[in-house]
Amino acid sequence: MIKVKINGQEQSWDGDPDLPLLWFLRDEAGLTGTKFGCGQALCGACTVIIDKQAVRACITSVNDVAGREVTTIEGLHPSGDHPVQKAWRQVNVPQCGFCQAGQIMQAAALLMDNPKPSHDQIREAMAGNICRCGCYQRIENAVHLASTGV
Amino acid sequence: MNFIDNPRKLRGFEKHIRVEKVSRRSILKGLGVTGGFVLAAPVMSRQALAYETGAGKMPHGVVIDPRVFVSVAPDGIVTIVGHRSEMGTGVRTSLPLIVAEEMEADWSKVKVQQAHGDEVKFGNQDTDGSRSTRHYLIPMRQIGASARTMLEQAAAKRWKVPATEVKAVNHEVVHSASGRKLGFGELAADAAKESVPAIEGLKLKDPRDFRYLGKGQIGIVDLHDITTGKARYGADVRLPGMKYAAIARPPVTGGKLVKFEPDEALKVPGVEKVMQVQGWPWPSKFQPLGGVAVIARNTGAAIKGRDALKLTWDDGPNGKYESAAYRKELEEASRKPGLVLRQEGDADAALKGADKVIVGEYYIPHLAHVSMEPPVAVADVKGDKAEIWAPVQSPGGTREDVAKTLGIPEANVTVNVTLLGGGFGRKSKCDFALEAALLSKELGAPVKVQWTREDDIHNGFLHTVSVERIEAGLDKSGKVVAWRHRSVAPSIASTFAAGTVHQAPFEIGMGLVDMPFEIANISCENPEAAAHTRIGWFRSVSNIPRAFAVQSMVGEIAQATGRDQKETLLALIGSPRIVKPAVKDLWNYGEPFDSYPIDTARLRKVVELVAEKGEWGRQVPKGHGLGIAVHRSFVSYIATIVEVAVDEKGKLTVPRVDTAIDCGTYVNPERIASQIEGAAIMGLSIAKYGEITFKDGKVQQKNFDDFQVVRMDDSPVVTNVYIVPPGPDTPPSGVGEPGVPPLAPALINAIFAATGKRIRSLPIGKQLEA
Ligand code: FES
Ligand code: FES
Repeated sequence: MIKVKINGQEQSWDGDPDLPLLWFLRDEAGLTGTKFGCGQALCGACTVIIDKQAVRACITSVNDVAGREVTTIEGLHPSGDHPVQKAWRQVNVPQCGFCQAGQIMQAAALLMDNPKPSHDQIREAMAGNICRCGCYQRIENAVHLASTGV
Repeated sequence: MNFIDNPRKLRGFEKHIRVEKVSRRSILKGLGVTGGFVLAAPVMSRQALAYETGAGKMPHGVVIDPRVFVSVAPDGIVTIVGHRSEMGTGVRTSLPLIVAEEMEADWSKVKVQQAHGDEVKFGNQDTDGSRSTRHYLIPMRQIGASARTMLEQAAAKRWKVPATEVKAVNHEVVHSASGRKLGFGELAADAAKESVPAIEGLKLKDPRDFRYLGKGQIGIVDLHDITTGKARYGADVRLPGMKYAAIARPPVTGGKLVKFEPDEALKVPGVEKVMQVQGWPWPSKFQPLGGVAVIARNTGAAIKGRDALKLTWDDGPNGKYESAAYRKELEEASRKPGLVLRQEGDADAALKGADKVIVGEYYIPHLAHVSMEPPVAVADVKGDKAEIWAPVQSPGGTREDVAKTLGIPEANVTVNVTLLGGGFGRKSKCDFALEAALLSKELGAPVKVQWTREDDIHNGFLHTVSVERIEAGLDKSGKVVAWRHRSVAPSIASTFAAGTVHQAPFEIGMGLVDMPFEIANISCENPEAAAHTRIGWFRSVSNIPRAFAVQSMVGEIAQATGRDQKETLLALIGSPRIVKPAVKDLWNYGEPFDSYPIDTARLRKVVELVAEKGEWGRQVPKGHGLGIAVHRSFVSYIATIVEVAVDEKGKLTVPRVDTAIDCGTYVNPERIASQIEGAAIMGLSIAKYGEITFKDGKVQQKNFDDFQVVRMDDSPVVTNVYIVPPGPDTPPSGVGEPGVPPLAPALINAIFAATGKRIRSLPIGKQLEA
């Protein structure tokens, strides 16, 4: 029996310990905010935060996070008003929106580590998160806005 | 020949469009009650506008009925139905916003409800071809105006005053003479009893009174849900007892399963069952390819089990498809005459007599859509009833195809449309929903079919592969006197009809025969090309290779004559006029020419606007260059300037993109900008990286590592968008797709300016490193 804390709630899993965290979150825990885009750590759609680090849930097994605390988009802020989320709305970032949970989690992790990232630092830190709709300019603007106060 | 004039007819809508007379005074039982009047074509109130669109020619046409689209609750909340699919364009916001504008609803008191697939009720729902706003601006205004009129009539009756004395203003009806007011909620029940006014007599708002339309301050309705993880896409649907499936499909188009060994798959923890999936021979429109499904308790187990299957396939007739050899075939075909589609003057003679002939052979390979959300669908089939939840661009077509595939009446099929995590044309094909339906029927349980990214890339409906060969003949003064354009590419029609070797009107009409330059001798030809994989619509479709070829050739002409790119472009466009190509039944994106002509004044205007705002001719640092391109597509006009920087090692970056768009009358300029920003990124992805290749009939790429797209660190630093203000009666035109085509040629022309290297084959890949 593996125990993990997800958004502050203890969850347990007695199935395949190698099951990618992504599918545990989505299909077993019912937290569908975290998305599947590639399954190979190539797109960032599945990004969650573990110990203040952005982590790709698609290549992280449930076993890898035993006893750890996982934060998903659903748990980033109780009312959805994390500065990054607010900035995202102010800048009207999303098009289809499918990549955005991953983008927001990546940006939130970036700001924990570096509260005032530069243009180049934002572009580098966010480069693992693909947006096929091409919202990059707005994502960059939103991260900048979140870092300077929304 | 396999010419299909309206691709949507391929859906088999032979029963066609229901026509009923508008009942002038039909008694309304309640706003939101179903069963309205269906119009074959939008009835345009002449006083309000002076154009018609092709909306009525779409399957099931247009429904203009407030009872179908609007309901008002006693608490004043107005619910407006969005009947098109939301894949990132903002349509789920824009169309209801038009209704709210016209009915004087307060947007903060409006809820949007997504329509299920039902075209008899809602009219055509195919969300493709960049046509939602152009087909629905007026119908949505008429729906809003009818609802407003009914609310006003109800208030007038309550107050016993003439209806002409009352006026709806921001969610209330007011009688200014007496100062009385009633909220929409208070009037809802009475308004529902009012008759629906005749469309012809409706008074539409004066655009000067618009609060929302054309203003651009409205965020999309799903913004909060998207940023908090609550927005529901196809894969987010969860039903009690639902099973999860992953499918192994034939790796070669037209291939068949010979045998499979399920043992290893069944050993994977969580896997419950392995079963065969019915497949259809190639080509058969959007029917599933067939294969073997692994059913499990979660998606992770299903994928792991699927990957553990041992499979033997018969690759069939396309087992030898190989991209390099096929490219040679296309090139050779392009060097010989082909089916002549447009002929003006004598291009042969003029080329022979020309002082100088410039030849360009331009190549663009297959492309995959790779929408961020891979195909996925949930189905629950019980007896002769089916319910589907899926991110589909074609809810009506999906319903029809599910019914046909299961052999049940269409009325027994419910298609719930979720948000789409990108579409780009891929989700106009409902094969994934059909797979889910087939599996659910056999399992007797709800099932979710999840495609992996590898599945998406291996078994999609790819963008075609093309060689566009242009020969331009110049006289002594450098004027272009002859133009021969041969386009060779397998057609989308090949996915519907075996033996297709020529492109369809909807493909040749995308930048080949509608070429707008003022040249005396023109020949547009289409040599034959057979398909060896499934070809489908990809955002902007044939406009991608056409704009690349035509606008690169403009750059080459400028290069050969030593003239400025922009001046060369304007000289080729020529005088302001309506271009009437000598083409029989010229396809015009399904629109009548009177409303949507090929207008070179508008083409010139976007070139001039982007040149001015984008500071054409500005000094750029060493290693930088500027390029320009213009293209008319989806009856909009778009010009783009790209600035590139190429370092000594050949590394390409894009400091700045400027785009001017003339899309006629528009609804939400904020979303137009976001579409154009995104189109620049997609165009750059195509130019830098986009390539799907085949070997032994199989796609060689598999995921975002070998089919790359632009990421943030190589996206343009700035993209500026300029929208041409519309004239009072300019019909709305496309926005979702037209931004893509001009990017690649503007980029390629900029690379030439920066480096002196002319690239004719995409993707750029390592070509600059040499
Ligand atoms: S799904 Fe995990 S990185 Fe793409
Ligand atoms: S918003 Fe569609 S993929 Fe990013």
